[in-house]
Amino acid sequence: MEGIGQIITFYILAGIAVISAILVISLRNLVHCVISLALMMLAIAGLYITLFAEFIAMVQILIYIGAVVVLFLFLIMLTLRLTDKDIKQTNEQKGISFILAGLLLFLLVTVLNRTSWNISPEAVVENTTSKIGNLLLTTYVFPFELISVVLLACLIGAIVIARKDKD
Amino acid sequence: MPEDYLWVALFLGVGVVFVAGGFIANWVARPSHPSDRKSSTYECGELPIGTSWIQFNVRYYLFALIFVIFDVEVVFLFPWAVVFNQLGLFAFVEMVIFIAILAIGLIYAWRKGILKWV
Amino acid sequence: MTLSHYLILAAILFAIGTYGALTRRNAIGILLCIEIMLNAVNINLVGFSRYITPNELTGQIFTIFSITIAAAESAVALALIISIYRHVKTVDVDKINLMKW
Repeated sequence: MEGIGQIITFYILAGIAVISAILVISLRNLVHCVISLALMMLAIAGLYITLFAEFIAMVQILIYIGAVVVLFLFLIMLTLRLTDKDIKQTNEQKGISFILAGLLLFLLVTVLNRTSWNISPEAVVENTTSKIGNLLLTTYVFPFELISVVLLACLIGAIVIARKDKD
Repeated sequence: MPEDYLWVALFLGVGVVFVAGGFIANWVARPSHPSDRKSSTYECGELPIGTSWIQFNVRYYLFALIFVIFDVEVVFLFPWAVVFNQLGLFAFVEMVIFIAILAIGLIYAWRKGILKWV
Repeated sequence: MTLSHYLILAAILFAIGTYGALTRRNAIGILLCIEIMLNAVNINLVGFSRYITPNELTGQIFTIFSITIAAAESAVALALIISIYRHVKTVDVDKINLMKW
């Protein structure tokens, strides 16, 4: 597994993810931003597959690309007047934000390089879906049921907030 | 196991090349004589009113919202279905509770008339 | 491939998301950048799960919960943006200053 093919795959996927993330923060038309966000999420799903997490990759595609991106597209159709070219998309904090983000990146990379990780020599589990199902329904059963309450609160709350006031 | 996904990558690559190749061949081969009449939305007849970036009704958003919630539910149904035979009745009761809690939300949306298209 | 490769990629994506969230004017654009940051965090979790506890899958379970909460969060946040747009007729966060003194 530890071969040249894996390294090439990682750099291609990482490159796609970083470039499309840069497109998300720099493009002017928000619809194009959302499409490149979907591309970034697809590349990250590929990275999950290289990490032996195929179920997570499927969840990423199903929830993020299938649902959240669609939600964003609907919202852009609902609110924006995209044809107005003179609407500015960025504010006047570019310089200080760049310095801040650069400092954050520097800090994170320094800390990551200094930490010695406790890498486990064990082989990875294949067939993760059934293992995840087992864990969800036994060890993590309480968070699992709580998630449904969170989703219920989110559904009712969003309906109450987004509905028109009159009806 | 990740090697199995090389076929998916190959499939994606062929798809991208197929579409891009079609567009490039089209761009190389076509004659280019643009005119005002040709670039209008409907070449004969109707004049469009405004642009295609119109505002949509908020109902679309509410439908998308309910879709997202039940999409997330389906994600939890997959691993449950895979291990259902091993865990038996206990897992079944847990999933019934999970779905029942989400069904309350669906009933709420129904009673508030969200599901009705006006 | 080592764990640091994935962690540094996640750090780069997180920094890009931070920069975007600080510079965007549009509330929807800010939410897009927050989604980038959440994805970066999920890469970290799956990476730890693969390299540090490969047999327990704890990180993967956490990632499923994190993705779920992210979907719920964006649904509610977008509903709030619709509501704000209806009242103020803009999604520009510099102009939404109802709570400013």
